[in-house]
Formats: sequence, structure tokens, C-alpha cells
Amino acid sequence: MNRLLIKGGRVVDPAGGIDGLFDVYAIGGKIAAVKPYEPSAFSLQPNDWTVIDATGLIVCPGFIDMHVHLREPGYEYKETIKTGAMAAAAGGFTGIACMANTDPVNDNASVTRYILKKAQEEGIVNVYPVGAVSRELKGESMAEIGELKEAGCVAVSDDGRPVINSGLMRLAMEYAKLFNMLVISHCEDTALSAGGQMNEGIASTRLGLKGIPVASEDIMVARDIAIAELTGCRLHIAHISTEGAIGLVRLAKSKSLKVTAEVTPHHFTLTDEAVIGYNTNAKMNPPLRSKKDLNAIRQGLADGTIDVIATDHAPQDITEKEVEFDKAANGIIGLETALPLSLRLVFDNMLSMAELVKKLSANPARLLGLDCKGTLKVGADADISILDLEKEWVVDARLLKSRSKNTPFDGWKMKGKVVKTVVAGKVVYEG
Amino acid sequence: MRLKRKDLLGIEELERDEIELILSTAESFKEVSDREIKKVPTLRGRTIINLFYEASTRTRTSFEIAAKRMSADAINISASSSSIAKGETLKDTAKNLEAMNPDCIVLRHSSSGAPHILARLIKCSVINAGDGSHEHPSQALLDMLTVKERFGRIEGLKIAIVGDISHSRVARSNIYGFIKLGAKVSVAGPPTMMPAGVEDMGCSVRYRIEDVIGDADVIMMLRIQLERHKVSLFPSVREYSRLFGLDRQKLEKAKKDMVILHPGPVNRGVEIAPDVVDGPYSLVLDQVKNGVAVRMALFYLLLGGSREQAVD
Repeated sequence: MNRLLIKGGRVVDPAGGIDGLFDVYAIGGKIAAVKPYEPSAFSLQPNDWTVIDATGLIVCPGFIDMHVHLREPGYEYKETIKTGAMAAAAGGFTGIACMANTDPVNDNASVTRYILKKAQEEGIVNVYPVGAVSRELKGESMAEIGELKEAGCVAVSDDGRPVINSGLMRLAMEYAKLFNMLVISHCEDTALSAGGQMNEGIASTRLGLKGIPVASEDIMVARDIAIAELTGCRLHIAHISTEGAIGLVRLAKSKSLKVTAEVTPHHFTLTDEAVIGYNTNAKMNPPLRSKKDLNAIRQGLADGTIDVIATDHAPQDITEKEVEFDKAANGIIGLETALPLSLRLVFDNMLSMAELVKKLSANPARLLGLDCKGTLKVGADADISILDLEKEWVVDARLLKSRSKNTPFDGWKMKGKVVKTVVAGKVVYEG
Repeated sequence: MRLKRKDLLGIEELERDEIELILSTAESFKEVSDREIKKVPTLRGRTIINLFYEASTRTRTSFEIAAKRMSADAINISASSSSIAKGETLKDTAKNLEAMNPDCIVLRHSSSGAPHILARLIKCSVINAGDGSHEHPSQALLDMLTVKERFGRIEGLKIAIVGDISHSRVARSNIYGFIKLGAKVSVAGPPTMMPAGVEDMGCSVRYRIEDVIGDADVIMMLRIQLERHKVSLFPSVREYSRLFGLDRQKLEKAKKDMVILHPGPVNRGVEIAPDVVDGPYSLVLDQVKNGVAVRMALFYLLLGGSREQAVD
């Protein structure tokens, strides 16, 4: 039975109501005790214990990224469960929820079981499959949501392919409610966004690229909130990007609807001006928006309208990015840059460290129904991130663990780095 | 004098004095095309590749003639008759062409930004001969030259650009260029063809053609690019022609000394009435003629050669 002591760090566990100097004891992969810092504890290092000196470091429940594309099965040249899990660990994530748009699509229990088996064999972090809402993501008929749940799916989503048919969305949300499954919605009116390459605005006009108006997101967020109200199902808005959508979520929350939202680090860090020069690593869906939207996102994070920071980690091979802008694939990798980008919100006094840990750990754990995750309370799983907030480093895409290197943050100076990532009491990453 | 840049990708990044240098150089090259022996030895031994991913008559021929009149070796590659048709990527095509050591690649491409990608990949000069809906810098330069010849100046003129501004690379390049040279630019066309925030480019936005032609010195009619639209941006060609097409009746309100430009190819009877294209105000053929001189100037200023050689 593995025994771990993390000593002398600042423990930030909002779900446990703790923020201060504590020693964390884990036995057999579970949190055994969290005691006020005792400098003399285990000073002789009993040899059946691993002792980590966390002096000057942050110790918090492991991050959970509820929006990741692992690309396996089907697109192993972009990412595998193994490489994706390594990237996650390097980013301080101890759990990742993987979207269903693999080949074959995760729309049935056998694919879910395959992913979980591979994750168990090769993955160094917890992998939580997200099942499809509709068969083959076609938006025509419901996937076997009950069986997906039984097989281990933590939510359902047609991410990347919005469910256009409102009738089907209603059925899926009514049905998912039976299993208390979270429905994660990629909100996009594809008739409005058709052919779009980037956010619609002066930047798209100057670049001569077809724009995607904010209305394409706002309309679907409004629709899905209306269906959530109609059905009583839990709705989670994926990668929110517009001021209008944030307003709609805020209104839904004020009416106590079961509506939550996530945002990606790139959407609270970059604007559509990042596309200038036809940078295909600034191409994603939803697109990077205007300064006005970015400010609304940061406000939404600060006031709690946005519950979760998720990366939408979307590995794409260089052959899919080193092409004409309109032919380039959407998406960027995010697992290994999420922490320092998120810490900027703390350094800018937009969020407290505890609020950040909530959005990276406690809240996604709660939304996905992961009872023993997202906290360091006694009895919880010993999934822990240890962070150095002062450490400065420069992103070198070539050194990232992810199999794909599509990041717009290559060469960026960052502050804040993962020192160690612990899963079930074992160190799986050392920075 | 040379341009202090490797590539010509757009008018947006040019300084006013660079535009003026190109125009004055083009003026000095014009007479070459009127000689009996239409050739100067300036770019002898240089290799210029015209790489055209989109159909083109005017622009491709103009670049080719310009290269040949400068004594450069010009090679034409069109997408349909090359490995591009076999699915070769722009990067691979670029790298393979570069291995043959050309001095300049002239690129026409349906994707906005393709010349920028090419320019990053290869060491030789890249000239954008029209990229998607982005820019068509040599067209704007020849338009500016044509207007400057007619009025003796560009500063203070009023330029009206009419048509599908959204999808027009000619419009973008001309908006940047004429504004940099001190003209006032207004754009007109149906709101469905007006890109978001276009007023931030420095032009005034009107919608009806009648609102811009009254005080315009130059009316630039854009081609309706029926092939580019997946969905029709206006109810019918008939209605477009009636509301936004330039005909004799609408011209009654125009200034007596105004001129009409069109980048071609013309949809006769759609955006412009046949008798207007062929009429006395039309500078359409002057534009084509000036195109050769402008492109000679671009080759000269990007690829070098001494001034003495140029004027013999």
C-alpha cells in the first residue's frame, strides 16, 4: 500500500474549505489525513513513506479537464490516450473527459469500454469518456445513453457537431435526465456559421476571411437553455465565447435553472487579432472573439457565471495546420498551457487561487458526478497537483508531451508551472 | 531605388511613399510597350513563375507580358494542368518550385492568405496576384495609376466603389491604396455584400449607388462574382441590375468629368450596362494597358536591376 506525505505546502482545497499550510497524508491512494503543517513531522523519513517537500508550493486537488479530444480510436496520428494522458499529467490534470468524435464514434458501450481499457493499460491519469448524444454524431436519433452511462460515460455530447434538430435535443435531454447525465452542448447555429473561418468583425473583413457571427452561438445557447427549462435536464455549455451567451447563462442561473458553462484558456487570453498573418494555430471553433467578448468572459469567470475552465484540447497534425487558412483544421492543444494561462487571472486579481481551483477541479468533478474527486477531504482519491506559482518558463511546442504541437502559445513566457502530479497517491509527473 | 521588402502581399502593409515609387516607376516603363521592340534587358537571366490556382486571363497574361518585356524568363503554371490537380499541397509545390531557384513567384489563389503562407515558406520574392477575398495589390496599383494619369493627382479625389465589397479583393486593395494617397473612398452595395466593420478601414459606407455617384470623381464597379457565392446574396440578377447596376439613367446624376473603372471581367448588363462600359467615361482598357506597366515596375523594384539598364 503506497504511503505519501506532502509536507509544508499551501493546501488550497475549496471543496474542503481549506486554504493554508497543511500536511497531506495519503495511504493506498486515498487521502488519509490533512493536518496543520508540522515541521518536525516525518523528519526521519520512515522508509515505507514517500515524502514530498512542498515548501513554497501550492498543493491542490488534481485538475479535471472536462473537454478533451484524445483522438483514439481512429486518429492516433494526432493523439493517443497514452500521449494525451501524458500531456494531461504534465499540465497538472489528473482526470480528463474525452469527447465522442473518434472513429468509430463513442456512441455505444463497446467503444466506451475500449477507451476505458486502453486508459487503464496505458493512461497515467483518469480518463472519463463522454458519450455521443446522437448515433454517429449525425443528429438524427439518440445514442444508447443508458448503456453509455452503464459502461462508464460521465456525460453526453455531440461536441463539434451541434445537435441542430431541436426536437432531438429535447428528447435527448428528457432521456438523459433519467440517468442524471449531464448534456454538454457545442452551441452553434451552423446555418449562420456556414463557411466561417474566424470571428466576424473588422479582423475578418481585413483578412478577407468569412466570419462567424456571435449570433450563431447566442441563438443556440438561448435554445438549449429553453430546452433545459422545458426538460429539467442538466445542461452544460461547452467553450462559451460570446458576451451574449454569457448573459444568457447568467440569466438562466438567476432563474435557478441547471445550467453551467465552461471557457477555454485561449478564449480568455486571445482575441481574433491573433489570426492576423493567417496563423492557423489561432483557428478554432468557436473562434477567438473580440476584445468585448474577452472582457465579458473574464467578468463571467470572476462573478461565477462561468463554472469551469476546460481546454478543448484538440490535437491536429501539422499537415492539417500547415495549409491555406480556409483548409486548415480547427482547434489547438491546451492541456500543457492551461495552468499558466489560468494563473494570469489570479495574478490580475480576477480570481482567488481557491476560485481557480474550483473551476479547474471541484466544479468539473461535481458536474461529472465524480464523488471522490476534486477535493482533498479525508477519504477522497489522492489525485493531487503540486504547483510552483513563481516559476517562469518559456513554452517550446517541440517539448510538449502531446503528439501534436498545434499551439498559438509557442514561445510565450509563462509564470507558474506544475511541479508534480499525483494520481491515486503515486507521482505520475515531475516537472 | 528598390522596395525594401521581399514580397508584395498587399497594399495594407505598404507605406505611401512605396506606392508612389511603384506608380512613378510604372509611368517610366509605359513607353516600353509602345516601342517597336517592346523589350528592355533589365531582368535578363531572372526567372519568374506565374503560379495560378484560379482561372485568369487578364492578370496572368499581364504578368507574363510584363516579365517578358523585362527580358525575364516567365513560366506559367495553372492548377488544372499540374500536380496541384493530383492533390499536392501548397507547401510541397512551393518547396519543389523553390528547388529550381526562381527569383519570383506570382501567386493567384482562391484562399485568402495563401501568398502569406508561400512567402513564409520560400526565400524568393512572392507577388500576390489575388488571394481569395483578401487583396489584389497589382490591380489596385494599376487602378491608382489610371486615375492619377487622368486627373494628375489622387489627393482629394472622391472614389466610389460599388458592388460586392464582402467578397472583393479588388475593393480591399483599392480602399487601402486610395486612402493612403489621400482620396476619400465610399463604398456602396447591398448590405448582404458589405463586410462587418468595413467603415473601420477608413471608408464611408452607403448602400445605394445613387448616394455615392453624385459627387464621385471615380466610380469603380465591381464584378458580381456569381461563382463565389454558395447562397445568392441578392434576390435576382434582374433586381441587382436595376438597383445597383450602373446605367445611363443613374449616370445622369454623376459629375461631367467623372470616370468609370471596372477590374474585369465584366458581366455586361448586370453590374454595368454595355453602353456604359463602352462609353466615353470608361477607362477599362486604360486599366488593362497600365496593368503591364505596373507589373513591370513591381518586378523591377522587387528583383532589382539598375536604373540605367531600365531606360537603356
